[in-house]
Amino acid sequence: MDVKAIKEQFPILNQEVNGHPLVYLDSSATSQKPLSVIEAVNTYYREDNSNVHRGVHTLGTRATDKYEGAREKVREFINARSTAEIIFTRGTTTAINLVATSYGRANLKPGDEIVITPMEHHSNIIPWQQAAKATGATLKYIPLQSDGTITLEAVRETVTANTKIVAMTQVSNVLGTINPIKEVAQIAHAHGAVMLVDGAQGAPHLKVDVADLDCDFYAFSAHKMCGPTGIGVLYGKKELLENMEPIEFGGEMIDFVNLYDSTWKELPWKFEGGTPIIAGAIGLAAAIDFLNEIGNETILDHEQKLADYAMKQLRTIDGISIYGPEKRAGLVTFNLDDVHPHDTATALDAEGIAVRAGHHCAQPLMKWLDVTATARASFYLYNTEEDIDLLVNGLLKTKEYFGNVF
Amino acid sequence: MSFNNLDTLYRQVIMDHYKNPRNRGQIEGDSVTIDMNNPTCGDRIQLQMQVEDGVVQDAKFEGEGCSISMSSASMMTQAIKGKSLEQAVKMSRAFSEMMLGKEIDTEGLDMEDIEALQGVSKFPARIKCATLAWKAMEKGAQQD
Repeated sequence: MDVKAIKEQFPILNQEVNGHPLVYLDSSATSQKPLSVIEAVNTYYREDNSNVHRGVHTLGTRATDKYEGAREKVREFINARSTAEIIFTRGTTTAINLVATSYGRANLKPGDEIVITPMEHHSNIIPWQQAAKATGATLKYIPLQSDGTITLEAVRETVTANTKIVAMTQVSNVLGTINPIKEVAQIAHAHGAVMLVDGAQGAPHLKVDVADLDCDFYAFSAHKMCGPTGIGVLYGKKELLENMEPIEFGGEMIDFVNLYDSTWKELPWKFEGGTPIIAGAIGLAAAIDFLNEIGNETILDHEQKLADYAMKQLRTIDGISIYGPEKRAGLVTFNLDDVHPHDTATALDAEGIAVRAGHHCAQPLMKWLDVTATARASFYLYNTEEDIDLLVNGLLKTKEYFGNVF
Repeated sequence: MSFNNLDTLYRQVIMDHYKNPRNRGQIEGDSVTIDMNNPTCGDRIQLQMQVEDGVVQDAKFEGEGCSISMSSASMMTQAIKGKSLEQAVKMSRAFSEMMLGKEIDTEGLDMEDIEALQGVSKFPARIKCATLAWKAMEKGAQQD
């Protein structure tokens, strides 16, 4: 993999921040966008912009073809059976909310259980808290091992005959843990529950095959995988989606509208009320093309090598705590002794190095780790070992700086 | 910007308040208690104020957060003690202006060490850290 050539396709990375070349280590928050994605969105607005599924005119047809072409691209990317199973949403959060609200409220009752883990992002916790409150169902957590992984034994002990929904992240955005989704889905199904996967940190890095995983729902966002913000995907098994009610009503999603009653379009459009995120879908399709050309195995291999290198190099720093398991996706979450992660992030920023600091939208996990906040460096296909060397150097300077001002 | 520029943010007096916070702890007896957090980063503060006849007799805080949020809380509690709530709120408004990088007229406000935080205005991502304690104080002033 020619990282230098890849990096050249990301114009944003070619700049100085605070007098230093930008080192972008915050791709788990949002990835940068290659020229091909920027151009695809640009071209759409310059040449094809029109509303979809209604215009008889030429631009309307072009816009519709591109929008529905993007859906087919997504179907292929995650190996779904049909484009009827691909719903465009505003992002992972909206996708999970759609399932929690529509499927959850219709299928949960008092005594039923929703099972999640403490390593979930808030977007895979709060929709289930709300669904539990609305239906009287109980929210349960699969306990974590001390290294931040789950075991299948723990899953088997938590999932019961009363469990109706198991929702789990494929990759932890804090620990980098890669969860055994396929095996968990089998356990869920054995108990008659459905399995939802939060793929926000999975789809950008792993090969996603929903047929192989046999999950019932899979949610992800374009902006973490080189695509635009504001667009994501909910995959759902057709037989489940067909029996679910829309949660947004209006234009686009209707079949017939009478004075007092209406009927819905067929899948997937019944879940896409209002003018859809056309440019976003087109940008996502370009992002998928971009990633496919490199190949997700190559990308994952590159990221894991970077993660291994980062773990090795960061461990040479005295007084650093690193969180999460040894085998991990391309991110490292850490703290320096006696330096608050915000202060660390500000100091690194002065060196042009962008890392995330805070609770990473995972407050229950912070509590489990017994910290209020952490710093996180996350890697993607455009990062290099040199970026990590600069990070380590920046952290050594940070330590020295805060050591001296005290 | 280099590491030297960090000195505009991390002034000696700030780090002193961070390392040796004034008024950290809890007030025995009657007091107004305000819990506030910064949901974007997880910083949290509990501020207690003992107010008699509209005057802050005592102020203490507990909390967790970065050097900026904790030093700001320390300085704030130090500055408002003995002041009327009205004056404390005036100081808070002046502080907000200062965070926006505006020149402020501190005459008669007795801001003490607080002006050391002026450099925060050059670090927009950190302004909310600095204003957390002040926001808690304003909320408490409304409750009293």
